Amino acid sequence: MYKYTDFDEAFVRERVAQFSQQVARRIDGSLTEDEFRPLRLMNGLYLQLHAYMLRVAIPYGSLNSRQMRQLAYIADTWDKGYGHFTTRQNIQYNWPKLSDVPAMLAALADVQMHAIQTSGNTIRNVTADHFAGAAADEIDDPRPIAELLRQWSTDHPEFQFLPRKFKIAITGSPNDRAVTKAHDIGLRMVRNADGAAGFEVIVGGGLGRTPLIGHVVRAFLPQADLLPYVEAVLSVYNLLGRRDNKYKARIKITLHETGAAELTRMIEERFAELRVAYDGADQRLLAGIRAAFSRPVYKTAPTDAHYTAQVNDPDYRAWADTNLVAHRNADYAIVQVSLKAHGQTPGDATSGQMRVLADLAETFGHDELRISHEQNVILPQVHKGDLPAVHAALKAAGLATANIGLISDIIACPGMDYCSLATARSIPVAQEIALRFQELDLEHEIGPMKIKISGCINACGHHHVGHIGILGLDRAGVENYQITLGGDATETAAIGEKAGPGFSYDDVVPALERLIRAYLSLRLEPAETFLLAFRRLGPAPFRAALYPEERDRDAA
Amino acid sequence: MSPRFTPKVVTANALLEGDVVYLTADDCWSRQHAEAELIEDEAHAQIRLLDAQAQRQVVVGAYLAEAKAGPRGPEPVHFREAFRTRGPSNYRHGKQEDPSHV
Ligand code: SF4
Repeated sequence: MYKYTDFDEAFVRERVAQFSQQVARRIDGSLTEDEFRPLRLMNGLYLQLHAYMLRVAIPYGSLNSRQMRQLAYIADTWDKGYGHFTTRQNIQYNWPKLSDVPAMLAALADVQMHAIQTSGNTIRNVTADHFAGAAADEIDDPRPIAELLRQWSTDHPEFQFLPRKFKIAITGSPNDRAVTKAHDIGLRMVRNADGAAGFEVIVGGGLGRTPLIGHVVRAFLPQADLLPYVEAVLSVYNLLGRRDNKYKARIKITLHETGAAELTRMIEERFAELRVAYDGADQRLLAGIRAAFSRPVYKTAPTDAHYTAQVNDPDYRAWADTNLVAHRNADYAIVQVSLKAHGQTPGDATSGQMRVLADLAETFGHDELRISHEQNVILPQVHKGDLPAVHAALKAAGLATANIGLISDIIACPGMDYCSLATARSIPVAQEIALRFQELDLEHEIGPMKIKISGCINACGHHHVGHIGILGLDRAGVENYQITLGGDATETAAIGEKAGPGFSYDDVVPALERLIRAYLSLRLEPAETFLLAFRRLGPAPFRAALYPEERDRDAA
Repeated sequence: MSPRFTPKVVTANALLEGDVVYLTADDCWSRQHAEAELIEDEAHAQIRLLDAQAQRQVVVGAYLAEAKAGPRGPEPVHFREAFRTRGPSNYRHGKQEDPSHV
C-alpha cells in the first residue's frame, strides 16, 4: 500500500493547521459563513439537515487495518459510533461538531488520510474497481495509476476552480465494476492487438439531472501517456465548460454542446502539446508508486477447511455462494462483506464492526481492505483455508449477511434522513424492500438484482444504472418515488427507462413486489436475470405489473 | 396582515453543533419547533429573517419555513421540516435522542 512521502505528509498537516485556524476564526466571528463555506467544503465539511457532515476520502477505496481502526476511533470519539460508506468510496460522519473537526482531520492525517477535495468544483476522490489487485479477471492493478492521479490532482493549481466537480473512475478489468461509463472520465484497462495493456478512455458519462453514458474518446491509450492525456481532457474542459449555468457545467454537457468529434480533436491537440512537456517525471513517480503496490506474498497452505465447511455448514455455504469472488490465486478468495443486513442502513458500519474488519484484514487478509461503490467492504486477499474463521468472526459481528448481488444488497444514498439537498428519503425504502423480500423468502429465487435508490435527482444512489432504479421526489409536498427499469452499471452500461408515474411512500414497496412477481412469472428460466428478461421483453409487461389499473382500464 | 401570506417560522442550524434551531418571539434560539415564533405577517417575517441572519456567530443558513398553528405551538407543514424537528428515521439520533425533547 502506498505510504505518504514527506511532501504528502507536510501538505496534509499544513492543510489541517490552516483549517484549524479557519474554524477558530469562524467561531470567533472573524469569518462570515459566506467566507467560511468554501473553506470548509474544500476540507470535506458539509452542513446537512440535522448536523455537520464530514466526508473523508478513501482513495480508490483502499484501506489498511490501521486506517480502518482509526475510522472507528473517530466514530467513537467525535461522532455517534458509526460511519456511512458511500458510492464514491468515501466515508461520511453524520454528527461532528464544528469545533471537533480539526481534531478529526488531525486524527485522519495520523493514518495518512484526509477529506481534501471531497467537495467543490475540483477533481474528486478517484474511484476504482473494489477488487483491484486481487481479481481473477484483472489485466493489471489499476491502483498505482489511481494513486498517481490522486497525487497529480490534489491541490493542482489549474484544476481547483473547474466549472463543476469532476469524477474519475478506473478499472484494470474488462468486467467493469467501477461504473466507468458514468464518470466524467472513465479509464478501462484493455489490451491492444500486440497484447500491450493500455486504457480505453471514456469521457462525458454521468448521472444526475442529465444521465448519459460516456463517449469513448480514445480506444487505446498507452499507459505511459495516461497522465498527459487526462490533463488534456481536464484542460479542454476547464476552458470550454460552462460556468454560467451549473446544470450545464459538467463535461457531459460540454461534450454534447461541442460535439464528440470536435471535443476529441481538441483533446488530442492539447495532448500533443502536453505530452512533449512531460519529461518522464510522471513515469519515474509511477515506478516508485508501483513498488508500493507489489502483490502480497501468497501463502501455500491447505484449503480443505473451506470445502469441508461448504459441505457441513449450510450458513457457510450460502455465504460462500453469494459473497465470495474468484481471486487471481486459486487458493485465495475475495470476500465481500455485506453492509446490507436486512433492515439496516445500507453502507453503515459501527465502530465495533470496523474493528472486526480491521482485525480480520490484519490476521487473514494481508492487511488489505476495500470499500466498494456498492457500499460494502471487501477483504480482497483471503486464503481459502482461513475463510471459515473469517466467516465465523463476521457472523459474530453481524457482518455475515449472504446477500451480495441480491435484491437486499441495495445502494441507497442518505436521502432526506441526512442530506440537505434531498427531495425524499431513501434509507427507509431500502430497509423496507430488504425486509419485505426476506419475509417472502424470495431473495435467492429472484437471483442477481441491483436496486439503487437516490433521494434526489443528483443520483448519488446511482438509480439510473440500477436494474431497478428508485428516485425519491417531492410532488406537491409529498414523497413520491419514480421507478426506472433496465439500467446497468457494468461494461454493458445503460440508463434505465422511466416506468411511468411515481408511487407514494406507502405504495412503492408493494409496486416493487408486483414488478418482481411479474419477472418471476415471465422469465424463461432461473438463469434469465431480471435485466436479461427486461432486455428480451421490453418495458411493457413490467409496466403492466406496476400499473394494474391501467391494464384493467385498457381491457375495459 | 396580508391575506395570502402563509405563516412562517425562522429556522437555521446552530453554528457549533449544526443542530436545527428556531427563532423564538423573545429572540432566543430554541431546539424545538413548538417554541418558535409563528410569523403571520410578511413584512415582519422579512425583518425577523434579517434579525436571524445578523446572528452569524450563533446560527448558519437562516430561512423562513412554512408552519401552522397547533395545540402546543407552531407545527411544520412540509415533510422536510417535519424531519428537521426530529432527526433521521433510521436511528433515534438528533432531537429524538434527547429525552428532554420527546
Ligand atoms: S442523491 Fe440527492 S439526496 Fe441522495 S445524497 Fe445525493 S444529493 Fe443527497
